[in-house]
Amino acid sequence: MNHDVVERKLGLLIVLIVLVISVGGFVEVIPLATSAAAKQGAVHITPRTPLEQAGFDVYEREGCYLCHSQQIRPFRSETERYGPYSVAAESQYDHPFQWGSKRTGPDLARVGGRYSDEWHRLHLRNPRDVVPESNMPGFPWLARNKIDGELLQRKLRVLRFLGTPYSDADIAAAPAAVQDKTELDALIAYLQSLGLARPRG
Amino acid sequence: MSPLMTTIVAVVTILNVLACAWLIWWTALRRPGEVAAGEVKEHVWDGDLRERNNPMPRWWLILFFLTIIFGLVYLLLYPGVIRGTLGWSEEREYREEMQRAQRQYAPIYAAFAARSVVELASDPKAVALGRSLFANTCINCHGSDARGAPGFPDLTDNDWLYGGTPDDIVRSITYGREGVMPPLGPALGPQGVEEVVTYVESLSGRPEPADKVAAGKARFVLCAACHGPDGKGNTAIGSKNLTNDIWLYGGSDATLRQTVTEGRHGKMPSHQWLGDDKIHLLAAYVYSMSHPQQAP
Repeated sequence: MNHDVVERKLGLLIVLIVLVISVGGFVEVIPLATSAAAKQGAVHITPRTPLEQAGFDVYEREGCYLCHSQQIRPFRSETERYGPYSVAAESQYDHPFQWGSKRTGPDLARVGGRYSDEWHRLHLRNPRDVVPESNMPGFPWLARNKIDGELLQRKLRVLRFLGTPYSDADIAAAPAAVQDKTELDALIAYLQSLGLARPRG
Repeated sequence: MSPLMTTIVAVVTILNVLACAWLIWWTALRRPGEVAAGEVKEHVWDGDLRERNNPMPRWWLILFFLTIIFGLVYLLLYPGVIRGTLGWSEEREYREEMQRAQRQYAPIYAAFAARSVVELASDPKAVALGRSLFANTCINCHGSDARGAPGFPDLTDNDWLYGGTPDDIVRSITYGREGVMPPLGPALGPQGVEEVVTYVESLSGRPEPADKVAAGKARFVLCAACHGPDGKGNTAIGSKNLTNDIWLYGGSDATLRQTVTEGRHGKMPSHQWLGDDKIHLLAAYVYSMSHPQQAP
């Protein structure tokens, strides 16, 4: 085989390129994805409650991950501010994951319990009511939108298909659990659940 | 990671490195029938495009091989194919960073921990350290100037819901506080709420109509259980002093009406995770803000 051959046969060129670049993915992604240790880790993670899952969906829909990361790296400068560093097991039920890649706002991986529900309520309606320097947008409509219980039920079935261990009873009880709850309630429940598996201190 | 997976990864990685070396060596080979370097090759593209035989400069070729050698040395020192002869791991690096910080800062914190909060409140170094802890931990509720926001107490005014002694402040930071005022709208009715609000406003010296004040005072029995018969509050349960015109949620007619009717629920989360030494310094900073004569 000569170099000229590779340059002239486009199909062969494509096959060789795919072969070369897939080596990196093969040795870096597949081992972690199949590793039981990475999934379980040293922490016990329970699936989210229906209300928290509804909040997760709001978090994703509003694009919170564009400004807030959910991954505390193992550096002292991060763990001093945010708490223990994140481990892979903690996002095993996130579909899709919310690690984010940019911190216009602070990391939220361990925001659970850090503020009161009432603080979140005021802050999500208009952040400047509690933090005058904040440049985060307000989300006033969350308090007006109700959670759709039946839609949530269907989402939970999909999540079970993807591997989240929801029981039939969990899914059956979902609409009642989010009855009359607003998207704001759900989002706050989700935020308050973040990072509790590896508490601070 | 399973031993099988580790082996596969190691084999694939080594093969990949060797393949790179072979590819570079093979493409640099001179072939029989090849035109001399710098000469025009026979092949013509698109009717008139020709190219010369320009081999890669030698220094460039050497750079390629150097990166491959670098890769092999790296794989020997760091985890990849083997565990790495340096014994490096991300977790270990983090542990060492924390231990270094502990060695460096522990004596500083220990020296501050041995002195009282009141004493530290007039030590510029302690206050500066407390301020940076405050900026990291407290400002989202209490504000960067510590003047609070509606529902989140001002820490500079020396008016305290749960007491302002150093011990009280340390306890508030460590365990958090939860203040609940029950909704009194149903018990009082609209007129009752109006009268109580008028009376409460009169307590802090605002001029109010005497008849409504008197009616409100009669109804205040209900409030006195928590706020005391004189309305001065009780730091044991965090009930507000109503006589000093400082308001947690706001002192307008409308806000007071809402407070009395719907009740309030304030919560400061626990900060035990900060550790006693940092809480001690935070308390000193908080104390210094409302005791300017002690501030440095």
